[in-house]
Amino acid sequence: MSEEYNFAYLNEQTKRMIRRAILKGLAVPGYQVPFASREMPMPYGWGTGGVQVSAAVMTEGDCFKVIDQGADDTTNAVSIRSFFERTAGVATTTHTGEATVIQTRHRIPEEPLKEGQILVYQVPIPEPLRFLEPRESETRKMHSLEEYGLMHVKLYEDISRHGHISTAYAYPVSVEGRYVMDPSPIPKFDNPKLGDCPAIQLFGAGREQRIYALPPYTQVVSLDFEDHPFEASKADHACALCGAEDSYLDEVIVDDAGGRIFVCSDTDFCARRQEAGHAGKDAA
Amino acid sequence: MFELKDVSKSFTLHNQGSTVIPVFDGAGFTVARGECVALTGASGAGKSTLMRMIYGNYRAQSGVVAVDGVDLVTAAPREIIRLRREVLGYVSQFLRVVPRVPTLEVVAEPLLALGVPASDARARAAALLQRLNIPEPLWSLSPTTFSGGEQQRVNIARGFAHGFPALLLDEPTASLDAVNRAVVLELIAEAKARGTAIIGIFHDEAARAQVCDREIDVTGFSPACAA
Amino acid sequence: MSDQALLSVRGITKRYGAHIGCAEVSFDLYPGEAMGIVGESGSGKSTLLNCMAGHVAPDAGQVIFDTAVDGPRDTLQMSEPERRMLARTDWAFVHQHARDGLRMGVSAGGNVGERLMAVGARNYGEIRASAAGWLGRVEIDTDRIDDRPSTFSGGMQQRLQIARNLVTGPRLVFMDEPTGGLDVSVQARLLDLLRSLVRDMRLSAIIVTHDLAVVRLLADRLTVMKSGHVVESGLTDQVLDDPQHAYTQLLVSSILQV
Repeated sequence: MSEEYNFAYLNEQTKRMIRRAILKGLAVPGYQVPFASREMPMPYGWGTGGVQVSAAVMTEGDCFKVIDQGADDTTNAVSIRSFFERTAGVATTTHTGEATVIQTRHRIPEEPLKEGQILVYQVPIPEPLRFLEPRESETRKMHSLEEYGLMHVKLYEDISRHGHISTAYAYPVSVEGRYVMDPSPIPKFDNPKLGDCPAIQLFGAGREQRIYALPPYTQVVSLDFEDHPFEASKADHACALCGAEDSYLDEVIVDDAGGRIFVCSDTDFCARRQEAGHAGKDAA
Repeated sequence: MFELKDVSKSFTLHNQGSTVIPVFDGAGFTVARGECVALTGASGAGKSTLMRMIYGNYRAQSGVVAVDGVDLVTAAPREIIRLRREVLGYVSQFLRVVPRVPTLEVVAEPLLALGVPASDARARAAALLQRLNIPEPLWSLSPTTFSGGEQQRVNIARGFAHGFPALLLDEPTASLDAVNRAVVLELIAEAKARGTAIIGIFHDEAARAQVCDREIDVTGFSPACAA
Repeated sequence: MSDQALLSVRGITKRYGAHIGCAEVSFDLYPGEAMGIVGESGSGKSTLLNCMAGHVAPDAGQVIFDTAVDGPRDTLQMSEPERRMLARTDWAFVHQHARDGLRMGVSAGGNVGERLMAVGARNYGEIRASAAGWLGRVEIDTDRIDDRPSTFSGGMQQRLQIARNLVTGPRLVFMDEPTGGLDVSVQARLLDLLRSLVRDMRLSAIIVTHDLAVVRLLADRLTVMKSGHVVESGLTDQVLDDPQHAYTQLLVSSILQV
């Protein structure tokens, strides 16, 4: 651990400010709390919101995991993990079950989360109403007055154009029957895991300066129509490496001839299954 | 049905040196149900002005202009609107309609405004247009493009679509040929038989003689006469 | 005839500093009545409309609306959520420029369906059927249901805005120059449509315009405004054909006869 930095990079006042925002977010699930987002030593879009939230909740005894679209080994995941190794000296892991703080970009781990764990989401655009209503003053008013008809207009547009709700990620949810929330760009396959989750879920948007949260066991419902109910869909394949049929899959191009395989997006989950002896059709 | 008492009317032209033009003073008469009365007097004597006052189109300065017990001088706009919808019909010399509305709809409109089912209203309108010899191919066109005589007949059909208990007719037979003139006189006679009170302006003396029970010379209502 | 006014406006006054927007305006509007408000630019007619519709807070006065649930209530005293709820259920507002009243990036069907979804409709098939029905009523080809309004002509956009407003069956419609900026031939079609909708739905309407031909065709009653004050009001044809006030006489005589 580098001695030149305060624990977890941010100074204590900043962390307190962020913790206050987090506590308010937990007290009002789904509500976007403004916070004074700091400049971080990485560009916006690389998880500055998530990193600040992680820094604010992290303690010396924590075990930290970072996933980027389910993978522990992308540039982004590796550099954020090493950032906290250097600035906080915390233990890191790739095992979902061992981690106490998991920062994620665009996925929820396949392995069910437990009480005591914190899942920190990196959020690009926190406002679910933004694409239909560009005025922040108006979207805030819509949230405060629970005027969410517009959210269904978006889903209506999907069905009218594609015959079904084509929104596949960042699928809007209603939290405890009150706030409509953007769950960050996770695939809608992950939406059912948001609700009734034993872990704390925190959402940080650095550029947009918003934090919101789901305390454990919160009711989260994906918006839909009676005649077009929500469906948590995934590619209709089994993982080529571990054979799992119930995990979210990435499509990978394997050669110049257009050959492709489907593999678990959650690398840790896939590796554990392979260690346990499961094998898919393309397993080495 | 119609009752006028001590009615006075003048026009004040604010933008032309506030000139005041007195028109009537102390006008009064009554018309009973089933009666048809002709307003007479030289051109410019105020027949049309009086007619418009009885419709509530022009405002009287004082007196009572009552139709079916509603005094148009003091009534609120909505009372006059109701009166015009249910009780008081007016066939003017000119047809004023929204361009592009089909003739059949123009004629059916007074019935639709009363809440008569659309199919019944159109059937009644069609029967009247038939009777007034408007060729069926024209029914779906706007009357704005019709000849003067055709427009006049559309106007009459519209005025007679609902069996108003009180009716104002401004030159109903002008610019009509003999056949259609006879139809209009028939319609008037039928309305009288139903008990409709009618006030009309007829330059057509033969028509006046045929349908009118009385004549009222409006010259007698002019301020000069009263003075 | 109903004796309960749908809307009672009492002493509405709005000042912009020393300038008077509108002063001491009062009237009653009854169910099924259409009232026109005319006057030249700056006469205060738009200020009055915006005060009544809750877009601008007046300095004094009451706007009492006969609500479906609670009977007559002063809408200016309502909480904002209540007023916004009213604005998307019992009230409608037709803007002069369709793009102010439409979502240009949303399909025609979505535009019409929005108010339904805003009041809780959650069945896609029913929402779509209702949107299609309304497009038909405003004479837009149902094939255009999935097209965006940016691909529509000005007249079609205005008709779409009307459909979007009327889909929840409001009782009172505010219209701000509804035919402004449209070709004369398109205006006539729109006027005819508005007239039959107002009649068939027993709507009450307040129409602000500077076009006397529009009020003659649409409005039962007419209010003439000048410098923020009402100078004359009454039956539309009476005010236009036998104007009593000097300003109204000037206004009426300024119109070219065709």
